[in-house]
Amino acid sequence: MSRAGRITRRSFLVATVAVAGGTAFGYWRYREAGANPLTAGPGETVFNPWVILRSDGVTIVAPRAEMGQGVQSTLAALVAEEMDLDWAEVRAEHGPAASAYANLAVAAAGLPFADYRDSRMQRLADDAMGIVGRLMGVQATGGSTSMADAFVRMRLAGAAARAVLVAAAAQRLKQNQLALKTEKGAVVAPDGTRIRYGDLAEEASGIAPPANPSLKHPRDWTLLGKPLPRLDMVAKSTGTAAFGIDTRLPGMLFASVRRNPGLGGGMLSYDATTAQAMPGVKAVVPLADGVAVVASNTWIAFKALETVQITWAPAPYPPTTDGIFAEIAKAFDAAPNSTLRDDGDVERALAGANVLKAEYRVPYLAHATMEPMNAAALLKDGRLTVWAPNQAPTVIRDKCAAAVGLAADQVSVITPFLGGGFGRRAEFDYAVQAALVAKAMAGTPVLLTWRREEDMTHDFFRPGAICRLEGEVGPEGPVALKAAVAAPSVYANQARRVLGLVPPGPDKILVEGLFDQPYGIPNYRVSGHVSGVKVPIGSWRSVGNSHNAFFQECFLDELAHASGLDPVAMRLKLMAQQSPRAAKVVEAVAELAGWGSAPAAGRARGMAFCWSFGTPTAEIVEISQSAQGIRLEKMWIAQDVGLALDPGTIAAQAISGAVYGLTAAIMGEITFADGAVQQQNFYDYDALRMPQVPQFETKILASLDHPTGVGEPATPPAAPALANAVFALTGKRIRSLPLGKVVTFAS
Amino acid sequence: MKLVINGTTHEVTADPDMPLLWVLRDELGLTGTKYGCGVGQCGACTVHLDGQPVRSCLTRLGDAQGVAITTIEGIGTPEKLAVLQQAWIDNQVAQCGYCQSGQIMSAAALLAGTTTPSEADIDAAMAGNLCRCGTYPRIRAAIQDAARRLQRA
Ligand code: FES
Ligand code: FES
Repeated sequence: MSRAGRITRRSFLVATVAVAGGTAFGYWRYREAGANPLTAGPGETVFNPWVILRSDGVTIVAPRAEMGQGVQSTLAALVAEEMDLDWAEVRAEHGPAASAYANLAVAAAGLPFADYRDSRMQRLADDAMGIVGRLMGVQATGGSTSMADAFVRMRLAGAAARAVLVAAAAQRLKQNQLALKTEKGAVVAPDGTRIRYGDLAEEASGIAPPANPSLKHPRDWTLLGKPLPRLDMVAKSTGTAAFGIDTRLPGMLFASVRRNPGLGGGMLSYDATTAQAMPGVKAVVPLADGVAVVASNTWIAFKALETVQITWAPAPYPPTTDGIFAEIAKAFDAAPNSTLRDDGDVERALAGANVLKAEYRVPYLAHATMEPMNAAALLKDGRLTVWAPNQAPTVIRDKCAAAVGLAADQVSVITPFLGGGFGRRAEFDYAVQAALVAKAMAGTPVLLTWRREEDMTHDFFRPGAICRLEGEVGPEGPVALKAAVAAPSVYANQARRVLGLVPPGPDKILVEGLFDQPYGIPNYRVSGHVSGVKVPIGSWRSVGNSHNAFFQECFLDELAHASGLDPVAMRLKLMAQQSPRAAKVVEAVAELAGWGSAPAAGRARGMAFCWSFGTPTAEIVEISQSAQGIRLEKMWIAQDVGLALDPGTIAAQAISGAVYGLTAAIMGEITFADGAVQQQNFYDYDALRMPQVPQFETKILASLDHPTGVGEPATPPAAPALANAVFALTGKRIRSLPLGKVVTFAS
Repeated sequence: MKLVINGTTHEVTADPDMPLLWVLRDELGLTGTKYGCGVGQCGACTVHLDGQPVRSCLTRLGDAQGVAITTIEGIGTPEKLAVLQQAWIDNQVAQCGYCQSGQIMSAAALLAGTTTPSEADIDAAMAGNLCRCGTYPRIRAAIQDAARRLQRA
């Protein structure tokens, strides 16, 4: 390891040191980051955990998973902006697993506060959680937190690097620093002399970075705030982007797994005689709940797996969908554990005769990332290297280390591109399997790829959920709303898997999207009932919001229709006192869609809103009836992203999130029979295709001085907007997803 | 067995029943062609046989002999982009990017047949290609953009 890797946190500022072939100098206060995990290669200079200078350009470590959301490009732009880099010369990489890259905002997002209230109390708690998150060293991509976390940190890194380069140029030119400018990756003197950053690295090595470099005023930004060409676009348009599944190493073998279809059940016995005799099969590796076959290519591994005879242990949950939902419903009989909103006196307010009652439910859902789960691993000379397209490298590192009996610092995690994540790749199961197979095949690199069928049936699913709602409307709008949701706890499931324990306290995720919405209803109670059903579940794009927005936004639509109120006007009234920011988003989407004028004959519209991940988002969808079924004609999305760092990327995420939500609303359902998931592949768990998606129009508002989440907030309103539109078109109030089981959609 | 891929002849020793997809990916290291479903449902594995788009996960190695096979690597390279790929980049189509090789192969076959595709033509040609990231509106725009450029050329 070069000296850059050994820089320690010995003072408030890290001093500058020379490393092989260049310079490493760092700006990072030990209160802000763990030790610099980067080592400089020949001809490289490592500035700090985020900046590597090479003679032909700058590489920025963007330690958040690039799974399609454009995060690497926007993170790189934060650094590039402050360094005045030439965008054409910037490159980005994921970087290693390291505590320096802990996502402080992810931990804070789990706090039980309504984001729109943004109280001082919450800010204090955010800070406290940030410290905990850092201690835990969680390097994670999730909760749409990447920008909130990086917005200051990465700009400071860039500004500090720039300051040192300017100081180095001033020394060389014997000029006052203040007379020097920077542009396009170079320092420029008043007489026009240009020195490229790469040429200054050597001299910069002796200069201490400033403690508090000043940041540019946003009005001086040249890269941030406008659409930038994404750094990964050429690779992803030429088949040259390396996803996890594309990892290729000399002598590599190919593997796949088959595990108990009864999820969580183990393996009692197996017979792999036939598989072992097949040409090309190199090894059969038993796992706790299944077997892996290692072969000379993936196809042989797939085929050999089918021949293995296995006796499975039963799954630890009811064998059918109905049985599972019956158990979820039982959670209503016990006291709620998460009553995170209780305004006024709901029971008294709901004692009248005009109370509207409804029960809603949503099914289990798979993530179905386009790239099936996979990971490569090599165990050699007491070190394990894992190539895993993943959302949480430090978790992958620690779990793989434990699985093969190594210490965490004997494991390296490399994160290639992710062919979709949506929360699925925050898990570590696929990487641990690859590590175990690599241990059995020590010295040989192995790429382990799941069949699509394995991926579909062995997900950590979005849980099924049931919601019971009661509401009462006065002449002015809703005066009382009571919502109780029952579902298994994503939070508890993930905490148990990652930490081995479940911290006490309310389950915010179970009721997010319900309790934390900016509606001023005088009598308003939201409670969550945790069910213990043992189907494996995890984060699915927007998590609790994904079901709770459907429940509440459809029920509000019911209340509006029951009392002849306009759904948009009714929401605006409820929001007026609570959040002008939210109200502006609703106004914006209504204006965009021309809500005030009736849709064309034969068409209908539905509207929904959800505030999630700091970003209030409103959507209106317009549909029509055709001979083939309901068509999605047009969708309008408005959201307030706080500060728009890259409007192009943000609009793309809004559309992506909405398509993901519409797909689930129309056709997404995972069901169980005999304890196994019934859906196998895209023929029975399909997604919206080109002819089915509506036209999109987006409006991005930006009313704050910092960015809020964009990867997930467009998903939650999609299902309720569509369900409300279906009601407007057909008169059918569908309270259970997917909608396609009740009405037909055109294909 | 001999395979002609992107104009280059490759010698392959494998089961003639092996799907072309896995020959490309695991035997020849041409990883631009992707595995998504293995059953012809997603289009991620799309390649051209004599210019016709096919699902390589359903194409037997034995049936791929004696025809010209084109993969995404044969459409263009980062140094020498095809018009269609340039349109893809200019329209910032990709998100995760995993489906995009297959999308581009389907679009390339469409544009080889017509440089004036209608909306319905695009729907028909692209309906077999899934994108879980929802890049469809930009795929449509990029195809129309490329069609305009090809008409001018
Ligand atoms: S992998 Fe061939 S169509 Fe999906
Ligand atoms: S870009 Fe991710 S699946 Fe299409």
